[in-house]
Amino acid sequence: MRAARVLLRPVGFAGFGLLTLVLLAAAFGPVLWGGRAAAVDTGNLLAGPSAEHWIGTDNLGRDLFARVLVAARLSIVLAVAATAISLVLGILLGAAPMLLGRRLGRLVTSAVNVLVAFPGLLLVLFFAVVFGVGARGAALAVGVAGAPAFARLCHTLMAAVSERDYIAVARIAGVSRIRVLLRHVLPNVAEPLIVNATMAAGGVLLTFAGLSFLGLGVQSPSYDWGKLMQDGLNGIYVHPLAALAPGIAVVLAGLAFNLTGEAFAAVFGLGDLPGGARSLEEPREPVAATPAVPGTVLSVEGLRVTIPGPAGPIRAVRGVTFALSDGEAVGVVGESGSGKSLTALAVAGLIEPPVRVEADHLLVAGEDLMAAGAHRRLGTSLAIVFQDPMTSFNPAHRVGPQLAEVSRFHQRMGRKAALARAVDRLRAVRIREPERRARQYPFEFSGGMRQRAMIGMGLMGDPRLIIADEPTTALDVTVQRQVLELLAEVRRDTGAALLLISHDVSVVTDVCDRVLVMYAGRVVEELPAKDLRTLARHPYTRALVAAVPDMDTDLSRPLAVIPGLPADPVHVPAGCAFAPRCPLADDHCRAVAPALVAGVACHKSTEVPV
Amino acid sequence: MSTLSFHDVRVRYGSHTVLDDVSLEVADGQTVGLVGESGCGKSTLARAAVGLAPLTGGQILLDGRPVPNRGRRPVQMVFQDPYSSLDPRMTVGESLAEAMPERLGRTARQAEITRLLALVHLDAARAADLPVRLSGGQRQRVALARALAARPQVILADEITSALDVSVQGAVLNLIRDMRRDLGLSMLFISHNLAVVRYVADHVAVLHNGQIVEFGPTAQVLGAPRHDYTRHLLAAIPGAVPLKEQT
Repeated sequence: MRAARVLLRPVGFAGFGLLTLVLLAAAFGPVLWGGRAAAVDTGNLLAGPSAEHWIGTDNLGRDLFARVLVAARLSIVLAVAATAISLVLGILLGAAPMLLGRRLGRLVTSAVNVLVAFPGLLLVLFFAVVFGVGARGAALAVGVAGAPAFARLCHTLMAAVSERDYIAVARIAGVSRIRVLLRHVLPNVAEPLIVNATMAAGGVLLTFAGLSFLGLGVQSPSYDWGKLMQDGLNGIYVHPLAALAPGIAVVLAGLAFNLTGEAFAAVFGLGDLPGGARSLEEPREPVAATPAVPGTVLSVEGLRVTIPGPAGPIRAVRGVTFALSDGEAVGVVGESGSGKSLTALAVAGLIEPPVRVEADHLLVAGEDLMAAGAHRRLGTSLAIVFQDPMTSFNPAHRVGPQLAEVSRFHQRMGRKAALARAVDRLRAVRIREPERRARQYPFEFSGGMRQRAMIGMGLMGDPRLIIADEPTTALDVTVQRQVLELLAEVRRDTGAALLLISHDVSVVTDVCDRVLVMYAGRVVEELPAKDLRTLARHPYTRALVAAVPDMDTDLSRPLAVIPGLPADPVHVPAGCAFAPRCPLADDHCRAVAPALVAGVACHKSTEVPV
Repeated sequence: MSTLSFHDVRVRYGSHTVLDDVSLEVADGQTVGLVGESGCGKSTLARAAVGLAPLTGGQILLDGRPVPNRGRRPVQMVFQDPYSSLDPRMTVGESLAEAMPERLGRTARQAEITRLLALVHLDAARAADLPVRLSGGQRQRVALARALAARPQVILADEITSALDVSVQGAVLNLIRDMRRDLGLSMLFISHNLAVVRYVADHVAVLHNGQIVEFGPTAQVLGAPRHDYTRHLLAAIPGAVPLKEQT
């Protein structure tokens, strides 16, 4: 399937087409035109182009066009052989740290690093002299000279793979180093290596032509394109085609290799999302904007988030409606793929095309986020805390100025005033010695401290709503508690509302007033946080709560599990998305999706014993 | 199954001491829970037992003899991230076969793969699948089956449920308890989640700054902790004590 995608691109099509021609010439050239290329015609020495000899003859009257075609085999064979030598040597050198152990491996790696620093041509000339003049010497020289670059590439690729746990597992299982290399490492680095080798072959072809041209490569009576160019050079002013034609052949063959490599790289690398531009949604009736209810900081109606995917659009959020009053704390729980994080990101206005956000209305702090430019007007009334505090700060800037930037941008504060406020806010989130900490870089902060600083950044303005997406998932329990306490304190001091996204039911019940339970892109239940463990009515909510062991779980019984797999977001069933896993589901559930009525979206909610 | 014991194990990276004279015993047929914050050395202890982390001092013994750290280890490890612990290019069956101690014939190998998959409640047809077709929970079961394929004497489970969704976590924890009951596995179960450890472990060791600060039967350590740090950990569990705003 991927190979087919290579051909579908113009680059891939052109590359493959050229490559096929070049390879055909290399395979059959000597057979078909070998006789013509060797036929001496003393009556036609150094002739120009004619109907009989398309690009003329050489100093023995041999047909140059046939010679160019025949030379394809030697040129291509030499280029491929040299690339193969580079590749094999490169893999061996690159794998040295893995095969030889740490100390010897480091020595080899340093040597490779030194060699990579030498200009390639210098190495080629050096090795060409060492291995001697001629086709074999040139192939060895070019191959060996290309090895360091491949070694560096292999080393980097392999280092990434050998960090993976399956390598450790294989070693623990007693698989030998060589077998680990052959079975686990090489197959997983093969794609980028092949792509690079294809592109390198194009370069090598050129290098060969250069060597032969300089007289260091192929020697008479053999000839490759470089040799033909050298021969044709003497008469370049009389009939230039004699030198140009082999040159054109080099260019075409090089292009063939490079374009093919490019096409492979594009497909095996970061593939784009097909169907990204396609319209995904059926047209819908325009909805009259509902005016904001006073005292409501967030009001979402019919929120839909759609991600274009290779197997069809993924409808990750399918019509979510909820509202937050001023100062309220609402939690959103659900498993991965339930759409909870995308809901938060959509509310924060942080989703970019090709992912599509649609809503009947989406009001944050009185601003309609579906209108253009709303995000900027929103200014600092929205604060956001992400899961990974390491990636939410720019690692190259000090923490204080990063906080200060918010006030300088949104509140037009001066540099000094903004920095003073940043220090004050760091103090407010209980970071000790805020003056000193403000001058430090994010990596000098611990995970919990970074998360506090992130909250501090949200407090630079005057937030009415804090959106926290799994703010404590990356933190230890003890630090998690401190961050949750800080969030509660911030809410008390500023009166901001909190939208807390978490997979952890107990975190949400600790912090929030109200909980939304999401499954397959919909809210399936909405209830007060204190009732989550005891008064839930939706079978999914009850199963979710029961599946998590706590400090009072009955040890004599197995944990409750939810049978089956989460709904596939590409093919969400027509009826209730939870029906395939639900013990209460009947045909009605499978056919008709239940609406969220009185806090629960379930046809059977009245049958669930409370 | 056998007894795995750590004697004054010390691991240092440069001047940084990760483990400081840790002594711990995983007795025959027991599941010992190891809890502590990230960075306290939990994973390093497990990695040291299979030769993935070099010891600076001390010994790790299996039934009184040093654990070999070459070739097939009698101690097998299951890792946290099921997306990193299976080779994406090997089918489930190939991964399991690679870990088997002896080379089996085709039919014997198939039978063994089926047996292992049944142990972790997976269908035998899964053997032909590549990991990409499996969910996180299914991958983690394959990882467990692969550890069992090596016929280990002790299994080290390093945070094996923390990358999984809660509904899947329950199934994996049930599996661990089943396997211990049916196979009499000895296991070192590492987790930062005290409720999870309470559910699967007979004994609990609390690791703090590279030292074991408390060790004992699970009910005793989690029910009546003696060390301040254990109490601190227990108090931090969400829902344990109402949140207080900092003063």
